[in-house]
Amino acid sequence: MTAGLRVRDLRYAYPDGRRALDGVDLVVEPGERVAVLGPNGAGKTTLVLHLNGTLRAESGTVAIGGVLIEKATLKEIRRRVGLVFQDPDDQLFMPTVYDDVAFGPANLGLRHAALTERVDAALAAVGLPGLGDRAPHHLSLGQKRRAAVATVLAMEPDVLVLDEPTANLDPAARRELATVLTTLDLTTLVVTHDLPYALELCPRSVILAEGRMVADGPTRDLLADTALLAAHRLELPFGFDPSTVRS
Amino acid sequence: MSGGHTHASGLHHAGDTAVHRLPAEAKVAATVVAVLAVVATPRDQVGAFVAHAVVLLLVVAAMRLPPPALLRRMRIEVPFLAFAVLLPVLGRGPRVDVLGVSLSHEGLWAGWNIAAKGTLGVLAAIILSSSTPVAELLRGVERLKAPRVMVAITGFMIRYLDVVVGEASRMRIARVSRGDDPRWIWQARATAATGGTLFVRSYERGERVHLAMLARGYEGSMPEVHHHHAAPRAHLLAAVVPAVHVAIAVAALLR
Repeated sequence: MTAGLRVRDLRYAYPDGRRALDGVDLVVEPGERVAVLGPNGAGKTTLVLHLNGTLRAESGTVAIGGVLIEKATLKEIRRRVGLVFQDPDDQLFMPTVYDDVAFGPANLGLRHAALTERVDAALAAVGLPGLGDRAPHHLSLGQKRRAAVATVLAMEPDVLVLDEPTANLDPAARRELATVLTTLDLTTLVVTHDLPYALELCPRSVILAEGRMVADGPTRDLLADTALLAAHRLELPFGFDPSTVRS
Repeated sequence: MSGGHTHASGLHHAGDTAVHRLPAEAKVAATVVAVLAVVATPRDQVGAFVAHAVVLLLVVAAMRLPPPALLRRMRIEVPFLAFAVLLPVLGRGPRVDVLGVSLSHEGLWAGWNIAAKGTLGVLAAIILSSSTPVAELLRGVERLKAPRVMVAITGFMIRYLDVVVGEASRMRIARVSRGDDPRWIWQARATAATGGTLFVRSYERGERVHLAMLARGYEGSMPEVHHHHAAPRAHLLAAVVPAVHVAIAVAALLR
């Protein structure tokens, strides 16, 4: 089961008064994979924290599969939206990988065999079967990142949101993560400034700049528009030409 | 990622002996009982202490912990032993001559008491920590009905020790790379600033971890994620060692 996501006129200011989100609109269809591109400080992480109600909007709405985020629906929303944070050391806080993956579904009330089954399935889905007994600090960064994905998959979410999933990963770990993400049949939002990764994973991209959506279209077209990218401090890696990449 | 050597789980000595296989909660309880029995043994019953030591060393042998590893871990006791050595010298009351040195009679007994009970206690703790992985140990304490939030806090502490130590060492290397070479107390400013930064960073990490917990449905109480319960026979087996310690202590008290 997968659901769409609808953000309408979302506004948010930091406690010091600085505007982080200034009227964000975004519609993602069920099963779609969309990249949210933007330079550092564009409000990407702030947007992510609104998608499961961690931050509450000043005005505007967020709905997941038709369910509006509000106090009464928070529990359901947090099950339906899986956030994978940037630093896996923030996400993996339990003594073992198994305990960590079990944390979410246990909060949902799963126990005994049902819980073990859920954990094993999630670890298998990210290509880490049998690593449940490891301590998180004994994993490589790439494994940690995939374990972090498993922790939210175990909650059987409808929407998966990844914040800078490739930060600090080596090329092999990037590829392994991409393989996992493309096999998942979920509505996925990849928040990143890694443009080639966006092209690899997401047919569609949006650009968030200064708290607003300034572009929305096929990833290949957006990346080909050098003037648009330059206007929003986005740059392709040296020698990378999106038109020559086969999809 | 490197730097895992500072981690508390480094105490664990992997193996698959009967001692390793015992349920963690039974080992925690057995350790507490054994230590209490040792402490309750009157200090003048030297034979009883020898008996306690023999029992613990048999367990060490059964779990195949190599003597060098054991001795290395016992070093933690050295400061206490140093204190125990001082007692006979500094003690008051009637004095006795030992190899030409005048020592306090009462101080000798007090020093022996600390040295013997301390060593045996450390030995018991080493047996527990060497035969039980940290995660298992935490689960054991939880199964003994310790408040789950306390277990969680301990777990977080162990989990993030490595992360914080790694961060501190990276900051130190960055400092030293820029020519900082503190030798005297008045040069401690940069080190102190590092400490402050580390505190702020750890605090911020704490907030991010809390966010990650909320995002996965945390509502203020840690869920139970393990439901495995050991067979009663395993608990009985684990009870043998502390029972022997209690018997030794009782025999010593009755003499």
